[in-house]
Amino acid sequence: MRAEARAGALLSVPYALFLLAFAAYPVAFALALVLMRWDLVTTPAFAGLDNVQLLASDARFWQAVGNTFVFLGIHLPLQIVTALALAIALNRPMMFRAFWRAAFFLPVVISGAVVAILWNALYATDVGLINALLARVGIAPIPWLTDPSLAMPAIAVMVTWKNVGFYVIIYLAGLQYIPRSCQEAIELDGATAWQRFRHLTLPMLLPQTILVLTLSTINGFQLFIEPYVMTGGGPLRRTFSVVLYMYTNAFSYQKMGYAATIGVALAVIIGTVVAIQRRVVGNAEAL
Amino acid sequence: MKQLTRGALYVGLVVAALTFIYPFLWMASSTLKPPMEVGSLSLIPDRATLENYRIMWGRAPFGRALLNSVLVASTITAAVLVFGSITAYAMARLTFPGKRALNAATMAVLLIPGQLTLIPLYTLIVQLGWIDTYAALIVPYLFNATAILMLRQFFLQIPQSLIDSARMDGMSELRILFTIFWPLTRPALAIVAIFTFMGSWNEVLWPLLVVRDQHTMTLPQLLTVFALGGGAGTLGVSLAAAMVLVVPVVVAYMFLQRYFIESMAGAGVKG
Repeated sequence: MRAEARAGALLSVPYALFLLAFAAYPVAFALALVLMRWDLVTTPAFAGLDNVQLLASDARFWQAVGNTFVFLGIHLPLQIVTALALAIALNRPMMFRAFWRAAFFLPVVISGAVVAILWNALYATDVGLINALLARVGIAPIPWLTDPSLAMPAIAVMVTWKNVGFYVIIYLAGLQYIPRSCQEAIELDGATAWQRFRHLTLPMLLPQTILVLTLSTINGFQLFIEPYVMTGGGPLRRTFSVVLYMYTNAFSYQKMGYAATIGVALAVIIGTVVAIQRRVVGNAEAL
Repeated sequence: MKQLTRGALYVGLVVAALTFIYPFLWMASSTLKPPMEVGSLSLIPDRATLENYRIMWGRAPFGRALLNSVLVASTITAAVLVFGSITAYAMARLTFPGKRALNAATMAVLLIPGQLTLIPLYTLIVQLGWIDTYAALIVPYLFNATAILMLRQFFLQIPQSLIDSARMDGMSELRILFTIFWPLTRPALAIVAIFTFMGSWNEVLWPLLVVRDQHTMTLPQLLTVFALGGGAGTLGVSLAAAMVLVVPVVVAYMFLQRYFIESMAGAGVKG
């Protein structure tokens, strides 16, 4: 039908043009920028592999990557354990179920900027809520965000708190697919609560665990507003994230070529880490 | 024994719920406290004052930022619904050359990490001369691949007979979309509207790159700049600024929490 083909083409042209301008062009230009030196004012100059060489030996970039791994090392296990625990607690008939779920989800709907400002206040050494609570049980004030070895773990705990409600929903969806008959059978066999969890619930939730792992890894590599607001990347650059470093290079140093190179490298790192995770967790299934 | 575990469960849930809610209550109450009292644990201020709000409102254009945020988020949401529906309708129900390529491109877009395109998009905005304009905040978000795929999925489920008989009556494709498809897919439209609006309302990295003029800033950006630049001075003042961003969201969330959860969880998984 010719009229239908014409209508279809006409209706999808704006989107096709949008994709060219705001998806295809930026991806192509990101790769081109890797080979350029450009401050946005003078004309771009061809720089060969200068950006790549600089990146390979840039201690600040690799420190930012390392910081992200420190973040993920704390955030990922904490995120999976808390989300799983809350989902299992909610997955039974109980009073106010919708309320509990809504409470856990609340921080997910709040802007990351607000959460960062709020937790800046909660973590404050002198007037913060957390140290005030600790003082009640006789613990001296802890400099959460100004101690170099505590700052990144503190941010990791905060991000876990912000996102956990989201992952609870994913696990709750997965829990609905565990057949009642399986649960009854394993209970009749006299399995303890731990055995039920270890041999039925956990294996059945593997697809959700992979999803939670992937999404929170990708999310972790995007860490920006938290260090930007709370620590400025300090103390001793220990909370400087890769995106914050990219932003600084583009916005403060006007190095577009180098900033784009960081972006490309980050995309490669994310792809590699997620692929490795899926392999490892996928293999764990076979055991 | 059973009773005991149930009791423990509820105690655990109350503690967990407090962990998520109490910080927001503490934040709200801190904005009503004079600086001397902020460190106290009590939620009820000894001497409640609106001083923090007065200082905050006077020091930076928060009213203007609120309007900017509403304008930007509503425009983007309307565009994503209207343009997204038109595109999804074509991709779901019409046959035309290039349809497969468009489908594949949409899937590919979802796999591109935002960090990869952030800098080239920023240089594009600079070259277009859009720094400090609403266009910079709105145009890159006019279409949303997640929304298009979601709407397409819903549009695929509508019976072909409805389209055929509407065409017999001489209805145009756009009229079929807006008078027949839209009323039948309201829940899907609501889901798309919520995650689009919330995404735009909370976004802060992109505005930080493309806007420097305080009068074009959206709320989260002005709040960030205000809190960082020391404009706030005291904790109570910067928390008061944060309240302007949070209160509308929390009110909407209280009434529509089921839709919020479905929408934002669904979008995150698919996007």
